[in-house]
Amino acid sequence: MRARSAAVGEAAGPGILGRWAGWVRRGRREALGLPHGRWRAREVAFWLAPLAFAVLLPSWRLLASQVFITGLFALSLDLILGYAGIVSLGQAAFFGTGAYAAGLLARHGWGEPISGLFAATAAAAALAWLAAHLVVRAEGLGRLMLTLGIGLVVYEAANRAAAVTGGVDGLTGVVMWPLLGRFEFDLMGSTACAYSLIVLFAVFVLLRRLAVSPFGLSVRAIRENPARMAALGAPVESRLRALFTLSGAVAGLAGGLLAQTTQFVGLDYLSFPRSADLLVMVVLGGAGRLYGALLGAALFMLAQDRLSGLDPTYWQFWLGLVLVAVVLFARGGVLGGLELLVRRGRRRPLP
Amino acid sequence: MLLRLAGVVFDGIAYGSLLFLISIGLSVTLGLMNFVNLAHGAFAMLGGYLCVTLMERAGVPFLATLPLAFLGMAVLGAILERALFRRLYSAGALDQVLFSIGLTLVAMAACTFGFGPGQEPVELPAFLHGQVHLLGLDLGRYRLFLVGLVAILAVALELLAGRTRFGAQVRAAVDNRAAAAGLGIDVDRVFALTFALGAGLAGLGGALGIEVLGLDPTFAVKYLVYFLLVVTVGGAGGFRGPALAALALGVLDVAGKYYVPQVGAFIIYAAMVVLLALFPKGLEGRRA
Repeated sequence: MRARSAAVGEAAGPGILGRWAGWVRRGRREALGLPHGRWRAREVAFWLAPLAFAVLLPSWRLLASQVFITGLFALSLDLILGYAGIVSLGQAAFFGTGAYAAGLLARHGWGEPISGLFAATAAAAALAWLAAHLVVRAEGLGRLMLTLGIGLVVYEAANRAAAVTGGVDGLTGVVMWPLLGRFEFDLMGSTACAYSLIVLFAVFVLLRRLAVSPFGLSVRAIRENPARMAALGAPVESRLRALFTLSGAVAGLAGGLLAQTTQFVGLDYLSFPRSADLLVMVVLGGAGRLYGALLGAALFMLAQDRLSGLDPTYWQFWLGLVLVAVVLFARGGVLGGLELLVRRGRRRPLP
Repeated sequence: MLLRLAGVVFDGIAYGSLLFLISIGLSVTLGLMNFVNLAHGAFAMLGGYLCVTLMERAGVPFLATLPLAFLGMAVLGAILERALFRRLYSAGALDQVLFSIGLTLVAMAACTFGFGPGQEPVELPAFLHGQVHLLGLDLGRYRLFLVGLVAILAVALELLAGRTRFGAQVRAAVDNRAAAAGLGIDVDRVFALTFALGAGLAGLGGALGIEVLGLDPTFAVKYLVYFLLVVTVGGAGGFRGPALAALALGVLDVAGKYYVPQVGAFIIYAAMVVLLALFPKGLEGRRA
């Protein structure tokens, strides 16, 4: 009788009992030092910043939408780099695939943005799924070279298929229909800005949840010790493949967004420098925390906007110097450095 | 037809021998220190610029700039190894990649600043101009010189590795670093010397390559894939594997560009992905 009533209580789900169980569960996760899914005040503040930026500074909306899209792209790399430790030098392959998928769809008569985004995501995910079978099996330098090679192959393929992709001239004639049938993509970039921020936030919420899910934790454990996870019975390769595919999908989504908001796809969307820049952003911000990728992308894009106008050579020089300095003195990037400062400020001995 | 083919193969061998000369340092760095040095192409590029500068500013003849390019890059390599690279031997691949990309960017920006973004010309001595008739073939004198020089260097390297005490130390350190150190070999010194040697050979390759590969500030990145490919396919740490891989790659690339120009670099990249897919463990499986 008692057992039955308990079962009824649980089945009632979000009743008082269920909510209480949830509290206990989350409390236990915190007590164990496991990550939990609760939003902190500083996270809310972090997200209010781009919102305020976009609302208060209309003249910056075009740049802001670029920053949001690059942030989304950076999240895709952080997923595999920060959580699974897979260094990719070919992430632009998935970004460009998504961009071409969305661009070609709109070029050939279907300019509806949201379904176009789904198509971009699906195309990139399919490519990433194929690539994952090669990348996950390899190790060390071989893996690095594979990601680089896949990026180069896709770039060359797009370059040679100029009849479809427009080659080095880029894909023009992309015409987008109004978003949701109501909001035209304007020259000010207001629609583009709101659209990309909303997509970015939606994906972020999803990935943030994923990062603290059992799946996310198991991927992190694989990064720490793949042999042990395999011994524990975790399907190491299929987990990594799933994560790599997801990462490619997010990159494709970002590419699709860029193609739609700029109504253009360039061959350089697939290029190696784009992949390398992305790696720099994620490491600069701090890998493995999602926020680091966003912060790195924002800093990188704003600095590039201000500095490379002066002289691209200087930009390259300082970028290289900063990279060397980060590796030698500030592993963990901006957020890693901040964390260290906070810890020192509290004068708490490290555990 | 057959003569054409022979000509293409010869050009490919000349190209491949250059790739070998530049990549051999990368192979040793990888095999010995397990260091993914994406900045290796920068040594070749700087060697090329050193050669050009010596010729234009100081009026040094081309042949005399070659040993200077070797020495200059070897010294620079030794300094950088002691100051920077050695800190990262035990770091993860990501740190090494970022660090060496950073160095490459700095080198590229510095060369753009100093020499401008264009191609640098090289003035070859008169006896290296033109062609030689050999067995009914028209062979470029310079390419012949190149192949001969690299062949001599390869033999010298083989002797250095196989017959000298230093070579034995290098081989021991590649096979098992800990055991080599335990036997009293100064592994640190071996690292520094081999790194300098590799950088010097890359610098020499860059200087020799101006005529064949060209020289501009993107050199360090443009050919990086080829250097990495030589090492990945040929295996790190040895001499023969990379040599064979470099020659095969050179012939394949020149033949591809000659016979099917519309496909271009696609062949090389696709071959790389297929090879890496077939040997996913890559270097780890077959060390020297």
